[in-house]
Amino acid sequence: MNLHKLTIQQARAGLEQRDFSSVELVNSLLERIEKLDGEIGAYITVDSEGARRAAAEADDLLAKGKRAPLLGIPIALKDLLCTKGVKTTCASRILEDFVPEYDATVVSMLKKAGAVIIGKTNLDEFAMGSSTENSGFHITRNPWNRDHVPGGSSGGSAAAVSARMCTAALGTDTGGSIRQPASHCGVVGIKPTYGRVSRYGLVSYASSLDQIGPITRDVMDSALLLNVICGHDSFDSTSANVAVPDFTSALTRFDTDGLKGMKAGIPKEFLSVKGLDPDVEKFFNNARNTLEGLGVEMVEVSLPQTDYAVAAYYVIAPSEASSNLARFDGVRYGLRDTSAQDLIDMYKKTKSRGFGAEVQRRIITGTYALSAGYYDAYYGRATRIRAMIRDDFNRAFENCDIIISPVAPTPAFKIGENVDDPLTMYLTDIFTLSTNMAGLPGISVPCGFSATGLPIGLQIMATHFDEMALLKTGYGLEKTLGLQNKFPDI
Amino acid sequence: MKITQKDVEYIAHLARLEVDETLVDKFAGQISRILQYIDKLKDADISGAGLMAGAALQNNVFREDVVQNSPGPDVTLANAPERHEDFYTVPRVVG
Repeated sequence: MNLHKLTIQQARAGLEQRDFSSVELVNSLLERIEKLDGEIGAYITVDSEGARRAAAEADDLLAKGKRAPLLGIPIALKDLLCTKGVKTTCASRILEDFVPEYDATVVSMLKKAGAVIIGKTNLDEFAMGSSTENSGFHITRNPWNRDHVPGGSSGGSAAAVSARMCTAALGTDTGGSIRQPASHCGVVGIKPTYGRVSRYGLVSYASSLDQIGPITRDVMDSALLLNVICGHDSFDSTSANVAVPDFTSALTRFDTDGLKGMKAGIPKEFLSVKGLDPDVEKFFNNARNTLEGLGVEMVEVSLPQTDYAVAAYYVIAPSEASSNLARFDGVRYGLRDTSAQDLIDMYKKTKSRGFGAEVQRRIITGTYALSAGYYDAYYGRATRIRAMIRDDFNRAFENCDIIISPVAPTPAFKIGENVDDPLTMYLTDIFTLSTNMAGLPGISVPCGFSATGLPIGLQIMATHFDEMALLKTGYGLEKTLGLQNKFPDI
Repeated sequence: MKITQKDVEYIAHLARLEVDETLVDKFAGQISRILQYIDKLKDADISGAGLMAGAALQNNVFREDVVQNSPGPDVTLANAPERHEDFYTVPRVVG
């Protein structure tokens, strides 16, 4: 039996019926990592020993008849989430040897639900990037075509799920970092509503935009993971005290007839974006027709600030980053340069040795935008445009239940193609970053393959805290297209 | 907005960074292009728009100020690059 191929739902059924053990499931994935990850580079740390130990404990509990949503299921974590006793590097040299003293809230929740943490996945350093090429350690390759990037910044998690090197994974999304790699790797990814999932123990990049979410093989698995990780946490003051619906059982009962009468908005500004790939456009239209076939009515909506969204985002995110990353000063944790003679020199040498080029670029851009004399022109204006983006969405949602769009303008680009051109790389976030600006939830669901065999996803967005609408629409699309059963031939 | 190598060095100093000599020129070009793109914000009509506070929920968050257990110095200082007993140590600050 190819245990590595199983979804969470399938693995859970097999474990509960004692068809196989969690140790066997973990070993099957570890063998696959051993065989493939040298080439793919999805992981930074593989915790074989910890995973086998947790799996054996899960097997004991299963034998005693205990049941929990993720009991014995191997999950990979983006290496930006703190794990007690297991290195958490943020793909940065500055945290190369950092071993946290505590678990992030989501990690505690996963463990409480019985999950086995199999390893920590690669990312763009501190989640700054759209290709996972900015990792301080190594690049990650797209399992569908190894000459292409997996997307980013959660590229390691998406590649590991796609290549069947974990059963499911968590990523983080600040401007599209879950949805874009999920789209590029042919898997499902959700950025929940801001505040839905606690950020405690997530190393901050841009605190007002960051959100943790699932990356899985199908929509049902995402629903299951969401039910485990959503909920209020007093350790995160931005965590929302809002009831969490039972996504999983709602989907279990769901019939695609349930989409009849739903209204989907298509933002007119999105389809006139320059550089939209013909295959992306073709499969967007195909997905739209599929949804129409399921009874979803299409309406045109307008998001007038779209033209300013990327510019506003690339003021707000680096500004927050320049403040958040000031903590890596060599005093309390992480790297310290010991050659410095005085304190200021130690700060400077430590950061410059520890941070890669993209991180330094964003710190400088953010520091500039916040500096005296420029604050109103940059940060002040960007924050006002952010409020206008949110108001645009609120107006659009008066006429529709969901909004659909492509995830990225093109399928995964080639490794090295944009590496020296940060601005072009930033512009690829156009369809995803507005939901972070507005705090809305979004999902990427596979909807087709380019002529060259690269996966393409559809983005579905909904109002605050309506992840259910994303899951139901995504589930309807998945059931009709059947792409969840396709995976790279490796 | 175009920024020079000197600007890069000055902003880097404000951010307590020491940009590698070989990168200063490259950064000046790349960051200038980014700032030129961001300058389009100046064309946006922001009249009447408020500042955005809170992405999804607009309420403030309060809690009772209750004393809780602290993890203690061994846990807190476990990752210290250098320490002396229960203190972090840094290079000498005063003469």
